[in-house]
Amino acid sequence: MRSVTVVGGSLAGLSAVRALRAAGFDGRVTVLGDEVHRPYDRPPLSKELLSGRMSPADLALESEDEALDAEWRLGVRAIALHAADRAVELAGGGLVRSDGVVLATGARARTLPGIEGIPGVHTLRTLDDGLALAEELRPGRSLVVVGAGFIGAEVASTAHQLGLAVTVLEAQEVPMAGPLGDEMGRMLAALHHDNGVRLMCGVGIHAVHAGRHGVDRVELVGGRVLPADVVVVGVGAAPNVEWLERSGVEVANGVRCDSRGATSVPGVVAVGDCASWYDPVSGGHRRVEHWTGALERPAAAVATLLGRGATVGPPRPPYFWSDQYGRRIQFAGAADLADELSVEDGSLEERSFLAVYRRAGEPVAVLGVDRIRPFTRWRRRLDALARAA
Amino acid sequence: MLPICPLADLPRGEALRVPADPPLAVFHTEDGEVLAVDDTCTHQDASLADGWLEGCEVECPLHASRFDLRTGQVDAPPAKRPVRTHRVVVEDGHVYVELSADTPNLPPGVTAGSGR
Repeated sequence: MRSVTVVGGSLAGLSAVRALRAAGFDGRVTVLGDEVHRPYDRPPLSKELLSGRMSPADLALESEDEALDAEWRLGVRAIALHAADRAVELAGGGLVRSDGVVLATGARARTLPGIEGIPGVHTLRTLDDGLALAEELRPGRSLVVVGAGFIGAEVASTAHQLGLAVTVLEAQEVPMAGPLGDEMGRMLAALHHDNGVRLMCGVGIHAVHAGRHGVDRVELVGGRVLPADVVVVGVGAAPNVEWLERSGVEVANGVRCDSRGATSVPGVVAVGDCASWYDPVSGGHRRVEHWTGALERPAAAVATLLGRGATVGPPRPPYFWSDQYGRRIQFAGAADLADELSVEDGSLEERSFLAVYRRAGEPVAVLGVDRIRPFTRWRRRLDALARAA
Repeated sequence: MLPICPLADLPRGEALRVPADPPLAVFHTEDGEVLAVDDTCTHQDASLADGWLEGCEVECPLHASRFDLRTGQVDAPPAKRPVRTHRVVVEDGHVYVELSADTPNLPPGVTAGSGR
């Protein structure tokens, strides 16, 4: 293999380039990125960037003296992959051919139908999104957040701290019930209430109305109306895989991969939010959208690409963190596998605890709120169990 | 020299966060070495004493940056800058740290003197 094209210039793409060089690959590496920015860190967008604690320059993922010897082609969009000769077709013409391809095109923010183009309505996925939203989060204004997932909850927390009046709307009866289960979802709901942020669950949005200066109010199903100077829609992300439609690469909620990143097409691997790897622990494919997966999994995918996949162990269990209202929330594993949940340290009442999810007595996931040290130990235990599986 | 603790109070494999400005982390490795660095990860605000010690390397508990505790060098991203190291002296069963005169590499938004 003499040349590799990495499609996607964010954390997963950068990590793939680093992994190629760390593995001794000295061929040509081309990175195609549809954003114009060099790789930057997205998690602070909903927190430190909005609050002003970090500047765009602070988000840079590359160090100044990093010499990866890659060609970065930024602001270009891939529109098709020709699997036979692994050629990536670019919008506006042009083909990039190489011996290997890493798919790292990520995901984009989902939105709601009928709200596009209303001034004051935002999604949050990119640096440009974050800068545009930060402009609007001024003290005293009313913010309606649609969706009480990670992005929604973190934006609500940051905006509350900035002095906005915040209401969070959630379609489900319990926020975060999917990744964390009902009981812990209710605990996160309580964090909003504790801090004076209104959270309304089980509500649907009928319409978002605009006045002369942009968004003005949000009308719920049933007729209730909430005033809104700013609206943030945080209803999840969709994988950027449509461009692969006729490529022969198998896609089903993300690019389907084995547990080492191999796709259905030889010489093509996939990493990050666009990829759905086989998970040996649960016995199914999972599209893990966590930052840590984009950081760590490219090393395995690159080994696969270079023909050294047999040396790769199973991926570490998914891990994510979230900072909300001054609390540090950490989670690892898969809660949906569990048949039992117990709080082992601290208590829900003090909003500081460690909870372990078990299946048939074996730990499958762990959640910590302000319990960093014991959480680290439990996460290591889950890692060890995954390696032994 | 800053007195830290009796060596017996810091078993192998354990770490101690020492309130200072900025705070320190003192590690006792499985091999019996005692090493000290600034406690705050150079990437974002997290305590390295809460991290995972393996050999003479610590992994940040939040974002998995890894630092070599002997040199402070970054062994794994996302951290971009080394963590400042401090000289450790163990004398008569007591751990002391000689604070480095170098400028600490604190993460964006965290400053020395902020009382943390």
